[in-house]
Amino acid sequence: MKVAVVVYPGSNADWDALHAVRDVLGLDAEYVFHKETELPSPDAVVIPGGFAYGDYLRAGAIPRFSPITPAIVQLAESGAPVLGICNGFQILTEMGLLPGALTRNAHLRFECRDAWVRVESEGVFTRGLAPGHVLRLPIAHAEGRYQCDAETLARLNGEGRVALRYCSPTGELDDASNPNGSVDHVAGIYNEQGNVLGLMPHPERAAEAILGNDDGLALFECLRAHLEAA
Amino acid sequence: MTTDTLPGAPVPFPGEPGVSREVAREFGLTDAEWEKVVFFLGRDPTYAELGVFSVMWSEHCSYKSSRVHLSRLPTEGPQVVQGPGENAGAVDIGDGFCAVFKMESHNHPSYIEPYQGAATGVGGILRDVFTMGARPVASLNSLRFGRPDHPKTPRLLAGVVAGIGGYGNCIGVPTVGGEVQFDASYDGNILVNAFTVGVAATDGLFFGTAEGEGNPVLYVGARTGRDGIHGATMASAEFDDESDKKLPTVQVGDPFMEKLLLEACLEIFAADCLVGVQDMGAAGLTSSSVEMAARAGSGIELDLDMVPRRAKGLSPYEMLLSESQERMLMVAKAGREQEVLDLCEKWDLEAAVIGRVTQSGRFVCKATPGYDPLSSDPTERAAQLVVDIPIGALADEAPKYDRPQAEPPPEPTTPAPPTDVDCGEALRALVGSPNLGSRQWIWRQYDQIVRDGTVFRPGEADAAVVRVFCEKGDETLEKFLAISVDCNGRHVLLDPRQGAAMAVAECARNVACAGGKPLGTTDCLNFGSPETPTTMWRFARAIDGLAEACAALDVPIVSGNVSLYNETDGKPILPTPTVAVVGQLEDASHRVPSGFRVPGDVVAHLGAPSRGALGGSEYWVSKTGQVGGEPVGIDLDAEARLQRALLALAKARVLSSAHDVSDGGFGVCVAESCLASGLGCRVSLPGDASLPAAARLFSEEPTRVVVSFAEADRDAVAAICAEHGVPFAAIGEVAGEHVDIEDALRVPVAELAAAHLAALDGIVA
Repeated sequence: MKVAVVVYPGSNADWDALHAVRDVLGLDAEYVFHKETELPSPDAVVIPGGFAYGDYLRAGAIPRFSPITPAIVQLAESGAPVLGICNGFQILTEMGLLPGALTRNAHLRFECRDAWVRVESEGVFTRGLAPGHVLRLPIAHAEGRYQCDAETLARLNGEGRVALRYCSPTGELDDASNPNGSVDHVAGIYNEQGNVLGLMPHPERAAEAILGNDDGLALFECLRAHLEAA
Repeated sequence: MTTDTLPGAPVPFPGEPGVSREVAREFGLTDAEWEKVVFFLGRDPTYAELGVFSVMWSEHCSYKSSRVHLSRLPTEGPQVVQGPGENAGAVDIGDGFCAVFKMESHNHPSYIEPYQGAATGVGGILRDVFTMGARPVASLNSLRFGRPDHPKTPRLLAGVVAGIGGYGNCIGVPTVGGEVQFDASYDGNILVNAFTVGVAATDGLFFGTAEGEGNPVLYVGARTGRDGIHGATMASAEFDDESDKKLPTVQVGDPFMEKLLLEACLEIFAADCLVGVQDMGAAGLTSSSVEMAARAGSGIELDLDMVPRRAKGLSPYEMLLSESQERMLMVAKAGREQEVLDLCEKWDLEAAVIGRVTQSGRFVCKATPGYDPLSSDPTERAAQLVVDIPIGALADEAPKYDRPQAEPPPEPTTPAPPTDVDCGEALRALVGSPNLGSRQWIWRQYDQIVRDGTVFRPGEADAAVVRVFCEKGDETLEKFLAISVDCNGRHVLLDPRQGAAMAVAECARNVACAGGKPLGTTDCLNFGSPETPTTMWRFARAIDGLAEACAALDVPIVSGNVSLYNETDGKPILPTPTVAVVGQLEDASHRVPSGFRVPGDVVAHLGAPSRGALGGSEYWVSKTGQVGGEPVGIDLDAEARLQRALLALAKARVLSSAHDVSDGGFGVCVAESCLASGLGCRVSLPGDASLPAAARLFSEEPTRVVVSFAEADRDAVAAICAEHGVPFAAIGEVAGEHVDIEDALRVPVAELAAAHLAALDGIVA
């Protein structure tokens, strides 16, 4: 079992993801440079946070032209777990693996702080977590406002594909707890098969007690359980 | 390629202006310096040569007014791996690894263009650190702005913070702490001091040296444009009302390019194909070439035709003086240059061989008139000599001045502030003031947590604590650094020697409060014009204070930066010798936060109780509008004892919290420990009860810390303090929902929290 952490030029949370998956979770994991055309370890892929290609043009826009991208799309379509964190979520929407877009935060500033999210639905990364379970996860982004048209939103809600919503520490969906103005408090969504998750918060930076928070480990434990069952 | 030395003296390059004493003056050189140029060359310089002299002899690059004083700083110790003189300093953190760090100013550019000025300040200090072969792991900053209601302050604050975030967030180095102060003296000259620390294997450090005749010189990174030409000269002049027109001297940063440069450099270093490397910072290609050759005692010869460029028609003068960002100069081992070029290609970076190392002891450049690789039909190359200068003239033999000093007349005495005040109201006002209020609006714009190492985020402890990963063979060791940056220019104004010592002491105390052993210091000395004797007197006295404190607390200076001419229309800033101290926690379990954590814990005051001296305090300024009073001074022996005691307490794992008494005094210290957790406390007010409560509450006398611990550990804490000769007084307990200071004040924590959080609203909302 191997997890690939994709490194685009400008990825900067690649270490965070590798460390969480390899050193904390104990899975076999390695970097894959974007100029590769094959994933050497096709069990699961993490697209980490950062500013791939400097976020030039639009956040996450350019990586879909990278040599490695067709292999990621193929893997996702085969049903293997794909996790896009922060910039990785932006990239997944630009690749067309997830619907919608991430636009500038409503307050127009980069913001790094703890947020709380509520588990909304089952998928590879949330299976076994009780719906309504609240996690404290840090955010660190300038363009994390999830947007999509009404029809897409209705589908996401109807198909149970909203994985996580921003909420208060006690689980209420109030505006004050929505850090970026995302539509319907969306913090993370699944694809139709539930194997591709994109989310703006950083579970990989909240997976150890020494960092003051290990709530994020829950999502990775779900990944491990999925891989072990497969 | 061939770069054979051309015979003869350089001739004027077609199209370049003539050179004269008057032009030299415009370039910032004095008449005496002009004569020195002619003496060194034995002829008049070319226009390009004059440009080279003017930037290399600028205050910014030559430290010509400060060098005679900097030599008094202590720079040695068993922990010092690399002292001043390289791109950054380094201290040992065990197991063959070292912490590499430096702080630099980007004051003038940030005033002219706050976003880009601050962003490129961050970019520059990051390059200084990774040039040494270290991966940057954390950044901090020290910022000074004018008074909160100055019309320019909101734009400058917002721009600087966005610029620091914009660069650091993108490159992926967490910004984990810093400090901000507002004072009228910075109205026309803000300060942006950027600090970065990285970690390297000690045997894998790289240096800025151009050794080995014939070794190829490579240019790596962004292409050269016309941005930032003469930035170093601009940074070496005071401001006047024309300063806003200096915009073209400010560089524009591209953190994405720097991220590529960082990763490529670390891979190139690991391949062991380099002799030396230096970033092209101030005075760009010129200073990097000259400094590398000077360190090696060699010479360097450049073929400017080969310089990658983005602007058409660049002249030699422009290429030599451009401060385009994200560029590195490397000297490769002969025959290994292709490996460097291949790794650059992997990261999609521009790279070119542009010259070679010589034994001539001279800085030689050639270029072809009319040749432009960007032209669709470039002229055939036939390079002529454009620069030929002895390296020594640009380095060791550069002007060095022992400028006249004069003790300034005492600051006009201002009436002392009233002390018969409502102390609760005074505390609320202080914790809600721009200088002491919450910095949350600022921190949140910085990625504080990228790289999975941030143990204490900003505001959680007196120092930032960062976990760093050190790869040794197959093993990854985790080490823990504690870092703080500090200076209070008001105390320095009242007594430059003691005020500067207080800055070092506070910084090291912060590290000790968080559980770290202070190891080394970097400084960023921000002062007014060195040509003003009173400023020079303050500068010299501040150096003495830094030297005494660094020696007493065993935190040698390993790197630093001097920024002079920080004044506008003849009015200098507060003397601001900012320092940053890096320390190490032996074990993560030694870490201590600054906020109270457990209801029922004992609260104790460590150190001598207040004498009620309000000189230089925020309270004094807030009540009188001026910096005033007698200097409070510092006893460095007592400080050293306190810091040793703090470290012993941390190692004994008996503390729940530790927070030092600094800006705002005891009252603000205790309030901040409550604000961190929302827990209240009931304590008595240390100090002679015959002194006014307000004076004891808000005095900024140093060498005091408020700690909390479990009742069961009371004897252990008292014993450790006694062992180190540190006064210990249990003063109360963590309890209730108020900051309750006996006979002085009782205010709900929630009320203070609201005021604290809203402190910057008047500026940024």
